[in-house]
Amino acid sequence: MGTLAEEVIGARLGRPVKAGETVVVPVDLVMSHDTTTPLVADALAALGRQVRHPDRAVVVFDHISPAATIAAAQQHQKGRAFVEEHRIARLLTDGISHQVLPEHGLVAPGDIVVGADSHTVTMGAFGAFATGMGSTDVAVAYATGETWLRVPETIEVRLEGQFTPWVCAKDLILEVVRRIGSDGARYQSVEYTGSALPELQIGDRMTLCNMAVEMGAKAGIVAADQLTVAWLQGRLDRPLRLLQAQDPSYRRTEVVQLDSLEPMVVAPPTVDAGRPVRELAGLSVDQVFIGTCTNGRLADFATAAALLHGHQVAVRTIAVPASREVYLAALRLGYIESLVGAGVAVESPGCGPCLGRHKGVLGPGERAVTTMSRNFRGRMGDPTSEIYLVSPATAAATAMRGRITDPRELS
Amino acid sequence: MARAWRFGDSVNTDQIIPGRFNVTTDRSELGRACFVELRPEFAGSVQPGDVIVAGSDFGCGSSREHAVLAIQATGVAAVLAPSFGRIFYRNAINLGLTALECADADWVADGTEVVFDPGRGFLREIAGARQLTARPLPAFAQRIAGHGGVLELVRAHGSLQGSCGSGCGVEVGMNNNEGESENDPR
Repeated sequence: MGTLAEEVIGARLGRPVKAGETVVVPVDLVMSHDTTTPLVADALAALGRQVRHPDRAVVVFDHISPAATIAAAQQHQKGRAFVEEHRIARLLTDGISHQVLPEHGLVAPGDIVVGADSHTVTMGAFGAFATGMGSTDVAVAYATGETWLRVPETIEVRLEGQFTPWVCAKDLILEVVRRIGSDGARYQSVEYTGSALPELQIGDRMTLCNMAVEMGAKAGIVAADQLTVAWLQGRLDRPLRLLQAQDPSYRRTEVVQLDSLEPMVVAPPTVDAGRPVRELAGLSVDQVFIGTCTNGRLADFATAAALLHGHQVAVRTIAVPASREVYLAALRLGYIESLVGAGVAVESPGCGPCLGRHKGVLGPGERAVTTMSRNFRGRMGDPTSEIYLVSPATAAATAMRGRITDPRELS
Repeated sequence: MARAWRFGDSVNTDQIIPGRFNVTTDRSELGRACFVELRPEFAGSVQPGDVIVAGSDFGCGSSREHAVLAIQATGVAAVLAPSFGRIFYRNAINLGLTALECADADWVADGTEVVFDPGRGFLREIAGARQLTARPLPAFAQRIAGHGGVLELVRAHGSLQGSCGSGCGVEVGMNNNEGESENDPR
Protein backbone atom coordinates (compact mmCIF):
# COMPACT_ATOMS: atom_id res chain seq x y z
CA MET A 1 0.00 0.00 0.00
CA GLY A 2 1.55 3.28 -1.03
CA THR A 3 2.72 5.61 -3.73
CA LEU A 4 4.22 4.14 -6.86
CA ALA A 5 7.73 4.81 -5.51
CA GLU A 6 6.85 2.98 -2.29
CA GLU A 7 5.28 0.12 -4.25
CA VAL A 8 8.31 -0.32 -6.51
CA ILE A 9 10.88 -0.17 -3.72
CA GLY A 10 8.70 -2.34 -1.50
CA ALA A 11 8.20 -4.96 -4.22
CA ARG A 12 11.94 -5.11 -4.76
CA LEU A 13 12.56 -5.61 -1.03
CA GLY A 14 9.68 -8.01 -0.56
CA ARG A 15 8.16 -5.97 2.25
CA PRO A 16 6.15 -2.75 2.54
CA VAL A 17 8.14 0.46 2.87
CA LYS A 18 7.08 3.97 3.85
CA ALA A 19 8.39 7.37 2.87
CA GLY A 20 11.09 8.52 5.24
CA GLU A 21 12.75 5.21 5.98
CA THR A 22 16.25 4.51 4.72
CA VAL A 23 16.69 1.23 2.88
CA VAL A 24 19.48 -0.70 1.24
CA VAL A 25 17.99 -2.03 -1.95
CA PRO A 26 19.26 -4.32 -4.75
CA VAL A 27 19.86 -2.56 -8.04
CA ASP A 28 18.71 -4.06 -11.34
CA LEU A 29 20.74 -1.85 -13.65
CA VAL A 30 23.77 0.37 -13.12
CA MET A 31 24.93 2.89 -15.74
CA SER A 32 27.79 5.32 -16.16
CA HIS A 33 28.85 7.33 -19.22
CA ASP A 34 32.02 8.63 -20.85
CA THR A 35 32.33 11.63 -18.53
CA THR A 36 31.50 9.87 -15.26
CA THR A 37 33.05 6.43 -15.84
CA PRO A 38 36.67 7.54 -15.18
CA LEU A 39 35.72 8.61 -11.64
CA VAL A 40 33.75 5.39 -11.19
CA ALA A 41 36.79 3.42 -12.31
CA ASP A 42 39.00 5.31 -9.84
CA ALA A 43 36.56 4.63 -7.01
CA LEU A 44 36.33 0.91 -7.79
CA ALA A 45 40.10 0.70 -8.01
CA ALA A 46 40.39 2.47 -4.66
CA LEU A 47 37.93 -0.04 -3.26
CA GLY A 48 39.84 -2.93 -4.82
CA ARG A 49 36.62 -4.47 -6.05
CA GLN A 50 35.21 -5.91 -9.27
CA VAL A 51 31.80 -5.13 -10.72
CA ARG A 52 29.61 -7.67 -8.96
CA HIS A 53 27.00 -8.20 -11.68
CA PRO A 54 28.57 -7.38 -15.08
CA ASP A 55 25.32 -8.41 -16.77
CA ARG A 56 23.47 -5.62 -14.95
CA ALA A 57 26.12 -3.01 -15.76
CA VAL A 58 26.29 -0.79 -18.82
CA VAL A 59 28.65 1.94 -19.92
CA VAL A 60 27.38 4.43 -22.51
CA PHE A 61 29.49 6.88 -24.53
CA ASP A 62 27.13 9.74 -25.23
CA HIS A 63 28.39 13.01 -23.77
CA ILE A 64 31.33 13.68 -26.11
CA SER A 65 31.17 10.82 -28.57
CA PRO A 66 32.81 10.61 -31.03
CA ALA A 67 35.56 12.31 -29.02
CA ALA A 68 35.99 15.98 -29.86
CA THR A 69 39.27 16.53 -28.02
CA ILE A 70 42.30 14.53 -26.94
CA ALA A 71 41.13 14.74 -23.33
CA ALA A 72 37.75 13.29 -24.30
CA ALA A 73 39.48 10.53 -26.26
CA GLN A 74 41.49 9.69 -23.16
CA GLN A 75 38.27 9.43 -21.17
CA HIS A 76 36.97 6.98 -23.75
CA GLN A 77 40.17 4.95 -23.45
CA LYS A 78 39.74 4.81 -19.71
CA GLY A 79 36.09 3.83 -20.15
CA ARG A 80 36.94 1.03 -22.56
CA ALA A 81 39.65 -0.28 -20.22
CA PHE A 82 37.11 -0.26 -17.40
CA VAL A 83 34.58 -2.22 -19.46
CA GLU A 84 37.23 -4.78 -20.35
CA GLU A 85 38.71 -5.12 -16.88
CA HIS A 86 35.34 -5.66 -15.27
CA ARG A 87 33.91 -7.76 -18.11
CA ILE A 88 30.95 -5.40 -18.34
CA ALA A 89 28.41 -6.91 -20.68
CA ARG A 90 27.61 -3.78 -22.67
CA LEU A 91 29.38 -0.71 -23.96
CA LEU A 92 26.80 1.27 -25.93
CA THR A 93 27.72 4.06 -28.31
CA ASP A 94 24.46 4.46 -30.20
CA GLY A 95 22.91 7.42 -28.39
CA ILE A 96 21.98 9.02 -25.10
CA SER A 97 21.98 6.57 -22.20
CA HIS A 98 18.47 7.36 -21.02
CA GLN A 99 17.16 6.67 -24.52
CA VAL A 100 19.23 3.63 -25.51
CA LEU A 101 18.93 1.68 -22.25
CA PRO A 102 15.16 1.30 -22.73
CA GLU A 103 15.62 0.70 -26.46
CA HIS A 104 17.98 -2.20 -25.71
CA GLY A 105 15.43 -3.74 -23.35
CA LEU A 106 17.54 -3.11 -20.26
CA VAL A 107 14.81 -1.37 -18.24
CA ALA A 108 11.59 -3.00 -17.07
CA PRO A 109 8.71 -1.74 -14.94
CA GLY A 110 9.47 -2.26 -11.25
CA ASP A 111 13.25 -2.12 -11.73
CA ILE A 112 15.60 -0.10 -9.57
CA VAL A 113 17.97 1.80 -11.87
CA VAL A 114 20.99 3.82 -10.74
CA GLY A 115 22.92 5.96 -13.19
CA ALA A 116 25.86 8.34 -12.91
CA ASP A 117 23.87 11.07 -14.63
CA SER A 118 21.18 13.29 -13.19
CA HIS A 119 18.76 12.64 -16.06
CA THR A 120 18.62 8.92 -15.23
CA VAL A 121 15.16 9.81 -13.88
CA THR A 122 13.98 9.72 -17.53
CA MET A 123 13.58 5.94 -17.25
CA GLY A 124 10.85 6.34 -14.65
CA ALA A 125 8.63 6.64 -17.73
CA PHE A 126 8.64 2.82 -17.80
CA GLY A 127 7.46 2.38 -14.22
CA ALA A 128 11.00 1.87 -12.92
CA PHE A 129 12.46 3.70 -9.94
CA ALA A 130 15.38 5.34 -11.70
CA THR A 131 17.62 7.86 -10.05
CA GLY A 132 20.82 9.73 -10.77
CA MET A 133 23.78 9.57 -8.44
CA GLY A 134 27.42 10.55 -8.36
CA SER A 135 30.27 8.37 -9.51
CA THR A 136 31.12 7.04 -6.05
CA ASP A 137 27.52 5.98 -5.35
CA VAL A 138 27.51 4.31 -8.74
CA ALA A 139 30.84 2.61 -8.01
CA VAL A 140 29.32 1.20 -4.82
CA ALA A 141 26.31 -0.01 -6.81
CA TYR A 142 28.67 -1.67 -9.33
CA ALA A 143 30.71 -3.29 -6.56
CA THR A 144 27.92 -4.46 -4.28
CA GLY A 145 24.82 -4.67 -6.48
CA GLU A 146 22.99 -2.46 -4.02
CA THR A 147 22.41 1.15 -3.09
CA TRP A 148 21.08 3.06 -0.13
CA LEU A 149 18.27 5.53 -0.35
CA ARG A 150 15.69 7.26 1.70
CA VAL A 151 12.24 6.22 0.47
CA PRO A 152 10.94 9.52 -0.90
CA GLU A 153 7.73 11.35 -0.27
CA THR A 154 5.72 11.88 -3.45
CA ILE A 155 4.22 14.83 -5.27
CA GLU A 156 1.34 13.75 -7.50
CA VAL A 157 1.02 15.61 -10.79
CA ARG A 158 -2.45 14.76 -12.09
CA LEU A 159 -2.99 15.37 -15.78
CA GLU A 160 -6.48 15.98 -17.17
CA GLY A 161 -7.87 16.89 -20.58
CA GLN A 162 -5.92 16.97 -23.83
CA PHE A 163 -3.36 19.11 -25.60
CA THR A 164 -4.48 21.75 -28.06
CA PRO A 165 -2.62 21.85 -31.42
CA TRP A 166 1.14 22.58 -31.24
CA VAL A 167 1.20 22.16 -27.46
CA CYS A 168 3.05 19.10 -26.17
CA ALA A 169 4.58 17.33 -23.17
CA LYS A 170 7.49 19.81 -23.07
CA ASP A 171 5.14 22.75 -22.61
CA LEU A 172 3.36 20.74 -19.92
CA ILE A 173 6.51 19.95 -17.96
CA LEU A 174 7.74 23.55 -18.20
CA GLU A 175 4.43 24.56 -16.60
CA VAL A 176 4.80 21.87 -13.91
CA VAL A 177 8.36 23.01 -13.12
CA ARG A 178 7.13 26.61 -12.97
CA ARG A 179 4.48 25.67 -10.41
CA ILE A 180 6.59 23.38 -8.24
CA GLY A 181 9.84 25.35 -8.47
CA SER A 182 13.42 24.30 -9.14
CA ASP A 183 13.82 22.79 -5.68
CA GLY A 184 10.15 22.16 -4.85
CA ALA A 185 10.47 18.40 -5.26
CA ARG A 186 13.85 18.04 -3.57
CA TYR A 187 14.43 14.52 -2.17
CA GLN A 188 10.94 13.56 -3.44
CA SER A 189 9.38 11.47 -6.18
CA VAL A 190 7.14 13.09 -8.79
CA GLU A 191 4.40 10.69 -9.87
CA TYR A 192 2.36 11.48 -12.97
CA THR A 193 -1.25 10.30 -12.91
CA GLY A 194 -4.64 11.30 -14.27
CA SER A 195 -7.09 10.63 -17.05
CA ALA A 196 -4.80 12.18 -19.68
CA LEU A 197 -1.96 9.77 -18.99
CA PRO A 198 -3.13 6.82 -21.13
CA GLU A 199 -3.05 9.19 -24.11
CA LEU A 200 0.51 10.31 -23.49
CA GLN A 201 3.03 8.40 -25.58
CA ILE A 202 6.15 6.81 -24.09
CA GLY A 203 8.25 9.66 -25.48
CA ASP A 204 5.97 12.20 -23.78
CA ARG A 205 6.28 10.34 -20.50
CA MET A 206 10.06 10.30 -20.86
CA THR A 207 10.03 14.09 -21.30
CA LEU A 208 7.93 14.46 -18.13
CA CYS A 209 10.11 12.14 -16.03
CA ASN A 210 13.32 13.61 -17.49
CA MET A 211 12.62 17.06 -16.10
CA ALA A 212 11.58 15.83 -12.65
CA VAL A 213 15.21 16.40 -11.73
CA GLU A 214 14.84 20.08 -12.64
CA MET A 215 12.52 20.28 -9.63
CA GLY A 216 15.16 18.60 -7.47
CA ALA A 217 13.36 15.25 -7.50
CA LYS A 218 14.96 11.91 -6.76
CA ALA A 219 12.68 10.25 -9.31
CA GLY A 220 9.94 10.93 -11.81
CA ILE A 221 7.65 7.98 -12.34
CA VAL A 222 4.67 6.80 -14.38
CA ALA A 223 2.87 3.51 -13.72
CA ALA A 224 3.43 1.08 -16.58
CA ASP A 225 0.32 0.33 -18.65
CA GLN A 226 -0.60 -1.36 -21.93
CA LEU A 227 1.24 1.32 -23.87
CA THR A 228 4.41 0.51 -21.91
CA VAL A 229 3.95 -3.20 -22.52
CA ALA A 230 3.48 -2.59 -26.25
CA TRP A 231 6.61 -0.38 -26.43
CA LEU A 232 8.72 -2.95 -24.59
CA GLN A 233 7.45 -5.87 -26.65
CA GLY A 234 10.26 -7.42 -28.63
CA ARG A 235 12.85 -5.50 -26.62
CA LEU A 236 12.91 -7.56 -23.44
CA ASP A 237 11.62 -11.01 -22.61
CA ARG A 238 11.39 -10.78 -18.83
CA PRO A 239 7.96 -11.09 -17.20
CA LEU A 240 6.73 -7.56 -16.49
CA ARG A 241 5.60 -6.34 -13.06
CA LEU A 242 2.94 -3.72 -13.68
CA LEU A 243 2.81 -2.02 -10.30
CA GLN A 244 0.31 0.68 -9.40
CA ALA A 245 0.05 3.09 -6.51
CA GLN A 246 -2.19 1.51 -3.87
CA ASP A 247 -4.21 3.90 -1.73
CA PRO A 248 -1.31 6.36 -1.86
CA SER A 249 -0.67 9.23 0.47
CA TYR A 250 0.78 12.16 -1.50
CA ARG A 251 2.50 15.10 0.12
CA ARG A 252 1.02 17.41 -2.50
CA THR A 253 -1.17 17.11 -5.59
CA GLU A 254 -0.87 19.44 -8.54
CA VAL A 255 -3.62 19.21 -11.17
CA VAL A 256 -2.87 20.38 -14.70
CA GLN A 257 -5.55 20.84 -17.36
CA LEU A 258 -3.81 20.13 -20.64
CA ASP A 259 -6.38 22.14 -22.60
CA SER A 260 -5.38 25.30 -20.75
CA LEU A 261 -1.70 25.09 -21.71
CA GLU A 262 -0.01 27.07 -24.44
CA PRO A 263 3.52 26.96 -25.89
CA MET A 264 6.00 27.81 -23.14
CA VAL A 265 9.49 29.30 -23.02
CA VAL A 266 11.95 29.62 -20.15
CA ALA A 267 14.48 32.45 -20.19
CA PRO A 268 17.80 31.93 -18.37
CA PRO A 269 19.15 31.24 -15.86
CA THR A 270 16.61 29.18 -13.88
CA VAL A 271 14.33 26.45 -15.18
CA ASP A 272 11.26 27.40 -13.18
CA ALA A 273 10.65 30.78 -14.85
CA GLY A 274 8.44 29.48 -17.66
CA ARG A 275 6.06 31.84 -19.45
CA PRO A 276 3.98 31.80 -22.64
CA VAL A 277 6.05 31.99 -25.83
CA ARG A 278 3.95 34.92 -27.04
CA GLU A 279 5.41 37.09 -24.26
CA LEU A 280 8.89 36.74 -25.74
CA ALA A 281 7.87 36.47 -29.39
CA GLY A 282 10.16 38.38 -31.72
CA LEU A 283 13.33 38.08 -29.63
CA SER A 284 16.24 37.47 -31.99
CA VAL A 285 18.14 34.19 -31.81
CA ASP A 286 21.62 33.06 -32.88
CA GLN A 287 21.19 29.30 -32.73
CA VAL A 288 18.43 26.71 -32.47
CA PHE A 289 19.07 23.21 -31.15
CA ILE A 290 16.61 20.31 -31.30
CA GLY A 291 17.60 17.14 -29.45
CA THR A 292 18.73 15.76 -26.03
CA CYS A 293 17.28 13.23 -23.59
CA THR A 294 14.42 15.68 -23.11
CA ASN A 295 13.35 16.08 -26.74
CA GLY A 296 15.47 14.12 -29.22
CA ARG A 297 12.93 11.42 -30.03
CA LEU A 298 11.07 10.46 -33.19
CA ALA A 299 7.93 12.48 -32.40
CA ASP A 300 10.13 15.55 -31.83
CA PHE A 301 11.79 15.06 -35.21
CA ALA A 302 8.36 14.55 -36.80
CA THR A 303 7.19 17.89 -35.41
CA ALA A 304 10.31 19.73 -36.51
CA ALA A 305 10.21 18.17 -39.97
CA ALA A 306 6.51 18.98 -40.40
CA LEU A 307 7.17 22.64 -39.73
CA LEU A 308 10.44 22.97 -41.64
CA HIS A 309 9.72 20.80 -44.70
CA GLY A 310 10.04 22.88 -47.83
CA HIS A 311 11.31 25.95 -45.97
CA GLN A 312 14.75 27.33 -45.12
CA VAL A 313 15.88 28.06 -41.59
CA ALA A 314 16.70 31.71 -40.91
CA VAL A 315 19.27 30.97 -38.24
CA ARG A 316 21.87 28.23 -37.71
CA THR A 317 20.02 25.16 -36.51
CA ILE A 318 21.32 21.87 -35.17
CA ALA A 319 19.33 18.66 -34.71
CA VAL A 320 20.67 15.62 -32.88
CA PRO A 321 18.66 12.40 -32.64
CA ALA A 322 18.68 10.86 -29.17
CA SER A 323 19.67 7.47 -30.57
CA ARG A 324 20.60 5.56 -33.69
CA GLU A 325 17.15 3.93 -33.60
CA VAL A 326 15.53 7.38 -33.69
CA TYR A 327 17.95 8.47 -36.42
CA LEU A 328 17.18 5.47 -38.63
CA ALA A 329 13.43 5.83 -38.18
CA ALA A 330 13.64 9.55 -38.94
CA LEU A 331 15.63 8.73 -42.08
CA ARG A 332 13.09 6.17 -43.25
CA LEU A 333 10.21 8.56 -42.64
CA GLY A 334 11.88 11.39 -44.53
CA TYR A 335 12.27 13.69 -41.52
CA ILE A 336 16.04 13.91 -41.87
CA GLU A 337 15.74 14.81 -45.54
CA SER A 338 13.22 17.56 -44.67
CA LEU A 339 15.52 18.97 -42.00
CA VAL A 340 18.72 18.79 -44.02
CA GLY A 341 16.86 20.28 -46.98
CA ALA A 342 15.82 23.16 -44.74
CA GLY A 343 19.45 23.84 -43.88
CA VAL A 344 19.59 22.09 -40.50
CA ALA A 345 22.89 20.52 -39.43
CA VAL A 346 21.93 16.99 -38.37
CA GLU A 347 24.60 15.51 -36.11
CA SER A 348 25.24 11.94 -34.97
CA PRO A 349 23.23 10.66 -31.96
CA GLY A 350 24.27 11.70 -28.45
CA CYS A 351 23.99 14.59 -26.02
CA GLY A 352 25.14 17.04 -28.69
CA PRO A 353 25.72 20.68 -27.75
CA CYS A 354 23.71 20.40 -24.49
CA LEU A 355 27.01 20.27 -22.58
CA GLY A 356 28.74 23.07 -24.41
CA ARG A 357 31.62 20.93 -25.56
CA HIS A 358 31.01 20.17 -29.24
CA LYS A 359 28.59 20.36 -32.18
CA GLY A 360 27.42 23.92 -31.56
CA VAL A 361 29.21 25.71 -28.74
CA LEU A 362 27.94 29.26 -28.09
CA GLY A 363 30.15 32.34 -28.29
CA PRO A 364 30.02 35.45 -26.07
CA GLY A 365 26.56 36.98 -25.85
CA GLU A 366 24.94 34.48 -28.21
CA ARG A 367 21.36 33.42 -27.61
CA ALA A 368 20.20 29.83 -28.17
CA VAL A 369 16.67 28.48 -28.29
CA THR A 370 16.75 24.78 -27.50
CA THR A 371 14.69 21.75 -26.55
CA MET A 372 17.09 20.98 -23.67
CA SER A 373 16.15 20.75 -20.00
CA ARG A 374 18.62 23.22 -18.48
CA ASN A 375 19.28 26.89 -19.10
CA PHE A 376 22.09 27.35 -16.59
CA ARG A 377 24.45 30.20 -17.41
CA GLY A 378 27.31 29.08 -19.63
CA ARG A 379 26.09 25.52 -20.04
CA MET A 380 26.35 25.62 -23.84
CA GLY A 381 29.53 27.65 -24.02
CA ASP A 382 30.60 31.16 -23.12
CA PRO A 383 29.31 32.31 -19.73
CA THR A 384 27.67 35.35 -21.33
CA SER A 385 25.64 33.22 -23.75
CA GLU A 386 21.96 32.57 -23.08
CA ILE A 387 19.80 29.45 -23.24
CA TYR A 388 16.02 29.58 -23.74
CA LEU A 389 14.10 26.33 -23.25
CA VAL A 390 11.18 25.44 -25.52
CA SER A 391 9.32 22.55 -27.18
CA PRO A 392 10.41 21.06 -30.53
CA ALA A 393 7.52 22.89 -32.26
CA THR A 394 8.57 26.26 -30.85
CA ALA A 395 12.22 25.51 -31.66
CA ALA A 396 11.36 24.71 -35.29
CA ALA A 397 9.11 27.76 -35.64
CA THR A 398 11.87 29.90 -34.16
CA ALA A 399 14.41 28.38 -36.57
CA MET A 400 12.22 29.33 -39.49
CA ARG A 401 11.93 32.99 -38.48
CA GLY A 402 15.22 33.52 -36.63
CA ARG A 403 13.16 35.03 -33.84
CA ILE A 404 11.26 33.41 -30.99
CA THR A 405 8.01 32.31 -32.58
CA ASP A 406 4.82 30.72 -31.31
CA PRO A 407 4.34 27.66 -33.55
CA ARG A 408 0.59 28.31 -33.73
CA GLU A 409 1.35 31.38 -35.81
CA LEU A 410 2.73 29.23 -38.61
CA SER A 411 -0.07 26.71 -38.91
CA MET B 1 40.51 31.14 12.13
CA ALA B 2 38.88 30.90 8.76
CA ARG B 3 37.17 33.09 6.23
CA ALA B 4 33.55 32.58 5.29
CA TRP B 5 32.80 32.68 1.56
CA ARG B 6 29.22 33.71 1.04
CA PHE B 7 27.19 32.42 -1.92
CA GLY B 8 23.55 32.96 -2.89
CA ASP B 9 20.67 30.61 -3.58
CA SER B 10 20.65 27.81 -6.16
CA VAL B 11 24.36 27.70 -6.96
CA ASN B 12 24.39 24.88 -9.51
CA THR B 13 27.08 22.38 -10.40
CA ASP B 14 27.84 24.19 -13.67
CA GLN B 15 28.72 27.23 -11.55
CA ILE B 16 30.81 25.20 -9.12
CA ILE B 17 32.73 23.75 -12.04
CA PRO B 18 31.76 24.27 -15.69
CA GLY B 19 31.29 21.14 -17.77
CA ARG B 20 34.32 21.82 -19.94
CA PHE B 21 36.60 21.10 -16.96
CA ASN B 22 35.09 17.68 -16.36
CA VAL B 23 37.45 16.00 -18.76
CA THR B 24 39.98 15.58 -15.99
CA THR B 25 40.08 13.91 -12.61
CA ASP B 26 43.25 15.78 -11.65
CA ARG B 27 42.41 17.32 -8.31
CA SER B 28 44.55 20.43 -8.56
CA GLU B 29 43.18 21.25 -12.03
CA LEU B 30 39.65 20.86 -10.69
CA GLY B 31 40.50 23.06 -7.73
CA ARG B 32 41.81 25.84 -9.96
CA ALA B 33 38.53 25.81 -11.91
CA CYS B 34 36.30 25.95 -8.82
CA PHE B 35 33.74 28.77 -9.26
CA VAL B 36 35.88 30.02 -12.15
CA GLU B 37 33.01 31.96 -13.73
CA LEU B 38 30.84 32.74 -10.72
CA ARG B 39 33.72 34.03 -8.59
CA PRO B 40 36.95 34.06 -10.57
CA GLU B 41 38.98 35.24 -7.57
CA PHE B 42 37.90 32.33 -5.38
CA ALA B 43 40.38 29.62 -6.34
CA GLY B 44 43.36 31.94 -6.02
CA SER B 45 42.38 33.39 -2.65
CA VAL B 46 40.69 30.62 -0.69
CA GLN B 47 42.73 29.20 2.18
CA PRO B 48 42.58 25.67 3.58
CA GLY B 49 40.06 25.60 6.42
CA ASP B 50 37.82 28.33 4.98
CA VAL B 51 34.09 27.63 4.88
CA ILE B 52 31.44 28.21 2.25
CA VAL B 53 28.14 29.55 3.56
CA ALA B 54 25.57 29.35 0.80
CA GLY B 55 21.89 29.89 0.13
CA SER B 56 19.31 27.20 -0.48
CA ASP B 57 19.66 24.31 -2.94
CA PHE B 58 23.45 24.52 -3.14
CA GLY B 59 24.82 22.12 -5.76
CA CYS B 60 21.62 21.62 -7.75
CA GLY B 61 21.94 20.36 -11.30
CA SER B 62 24.09 17.59 -12.67
CA SER B 63 25.44 14.49 -10.92
CA ARG B 64 29.07 15.46 -11.52
CA GLU B 65 31.28 14.59 -8.56
CA HIS B 66 33.77 17.01 -10.00
CA ALA B 67 31.81 19.69 -8.12
CA VAL B 68 32.60 18.13 -4.75
CA LEU B 69 36.15 17.25 -5.76
CA ALA B 70 36.81 20.80 -6.93
CA ILE B 71 35.65 22.26 -3.61
CA GLN B 72 37.66 19.67 -1.69
CA ALA B 73 40.72 20.45 -3.76
CA THR B 74 40.61 24.07 -2.63
CA GLY B 75 40.90 22.94 1.00
CA VAL B 76 37.49 24.25 2.04
CA ALA B 77 36.57 22.67 5.36
CA ALA B 78 32.81 22.68 5.00
CA VAL B 79 29.82 23.90 3.04
CA LEU B 80 26.90 25.15 5.11
CA ALA B 81 23.53 25.84 3.47
CA PRO B 82 19.83 25.72 4.34
CA SER B 83 19.45 22.93 1.77
CA PHE B 84 21.46 21.12 -0.90
CA GLY B 85 20.85 19.63 -4.31
CA ARG B 86 20.15 15.97 -3.66
CA ILE B 87 22.96 14.42 -5.66
CA PHE B 88 25.56 16.96 -4.55
CA TYR B 89 24.61 16.22 -0.95
CA ARG B 90 25.09 12.48 -1.42
CA ASN B 91 28.34 13.04 -3.26
CA ALA B 92 29.64 15.25 -0.47
CA ILE B 93 28.81 12.64 2.18
CA ASN B 94 30.23 9.82 0.07
CA LEU B 95 33.49 11.65 -0.55
CA GLY B 96 33.95 13.04 2.95
CA LEU B 97 33.28 16.74 2.24
CA THR B 98 31.48 18.21 5.24
CA ALA B 99 28.12 19.49 3.95
CA LEU B 100 25.76 20.55 6.70
CA GLU B 101 22.24 21.92 6.62
CA CYS B 102 21.69 25.00 8.72
CA ALA B 103 18.82 27.46 8.65
CA ASP B 104 20.18 30.45 10.54
CA ALA B 105 23.31 31.61 8.73
CA ASP B 106 21.93 34.91 7.44
CA TRP B 107 24.34 36.91 9.62
CA VAL B 108 27.38 35.43 7.95
CA ALA B 109 28.69 37.91 5.37
CA ASP B 110 31.27 37.33 2.67
CA GLY B 111 34.63 37.69 4.37
CA THR B 112 33.37 37.21 7.93
CA GLU B 113 36.15 35.68 9.99
CA VAL B 114 34.94 32.62 11.81
CA VAL B 115 35.95 29.58 13.80
CA PHE B 116 34.44 26.30 12.61
CA ASP B 117 34.28 23.00 14.47
CA PRO B 118 33.33 20.31 11.94
CA GLY B 119 32.73 17.67 14.60
CA ARG B 120 29.95 19.68 16.20
CA GLY B 121 28.88 21.57 13.10
CA PHE B 122 29.50 24.72 15.11
CA LEU B 123 30.37 28.08 13.55
CA ARG B 124 31.14 31.29 15.46
CA GLU B 125 32.30 34.73 14.38
CA ILE B 126 35.63 36.02 15.61
CA ALA B 127 34.59 39.63 16.03
CA GLY B 128 31.37 39.10 17.96
CA ALA B 129 29.11 36.65 19.67
CA ARG B 130 27.05 35.38 16.78
CA GLN B 131 27.14 31.64 16.22
CA LEU B 132 25.21 28.75 14.77
CA THR B 133 25.01 25.00 15.02
CA ALA B 134 24.16 23.02 11.90
CA ARG B 135 21.66 20.18 11.88
CA PRO B 136 23.21 16.74 12.45
CA LEU B 137 23.45 14.44 9.44
CA PRO B 138 20.74 11.79 8.94
CA ALA B 139 21.61 8.46 10.56
CA PHE B 140 22.84 6.55 7.53
CA ALA B 141 24.81 9.56 6.30
CA GLN B 142 26.38 9.82 9.74
CA ARG B 143 27.48 6.22 9.46
CA ILE B 144 29.14 6.99 6.12
CA ALA B 145 30.71 10.18 7.44
CA GLY B 146 31.95 8.26 10.48
CA HIS B 147 33.94 6.03 8.17
CA GLY B 148 35.26 9.02 6.22
CA GLY B 149 33.30 8.15 3.10
CA VAL B 150 31.20 5.43 1.53
CA LEU B 151 34.13 3.56 0.00
CA GLU B 152 35.71 3.24 3.44
CA LEU B 153 32.39 2.00 4.80
CA VAL B 154 32.10 -0.65 2.08
CA ARG B 155 35.74 -1.61 2.55
CA ALA B 156 35.19 -2.07 6.27
CA HIS B 157 31.97 -4.05 6.02
CA GLY B 158 32.01 -5.68 2.58
CA SER B 159 28.75 -4.11 1.48
CA LEU B 160 26.24 -1.44 2.43
CA GLN B 161 23.91 -3.85 4.09
CA GLY B 162 26.86 -5.44 5.84
CA SER B 163 27.39 -2.12 7.59
CA CYS B 164 23.96 -2.27 9.17
CA GLY B 165 24.20 -5.20 11.51
CA SER B 166 20.84 -5.70 13.11
CA GLY B 167 18.51 -3.14 14.48
CA CYS B 168 19.89 -0.16 12.60
CA GLY B 169 16.59 0.50 10.91
CA VAL B 170 17.88 -0.30 7.47
CA GLU B 171 16.32 -3.46 6.14
CA VAL B 172 18.24 -5.52 3.65
CA GLY B 173 16.82 -6.60 0.34
CA MET B 174 16.49 -9.98 -1.26
CA ASN B 175 19.19 -11.18 -3.56
CA ASN B 176 21.80 -10.58 -0.89
CA ASN B 177 22.32 -14.14 0.21
CA GLU B 178 25.45 -14.80 -1.74
CA GLY B 179 27.69 -14.90 1.28
CA GLU B 180 29.91 -12.02 0.24
CA SER B 181 29.20 -9.77 3.15
CA GLU B 182 29.53 -10.25 6.83
CA ASN B 183 27.36 -8.46 9.28
CA ASP B 184 28.98 -5.92 11.49
CA PRO B 185 29.21 -7.61 14.89
CA ARG B 186 28.25 -4.36 16.57
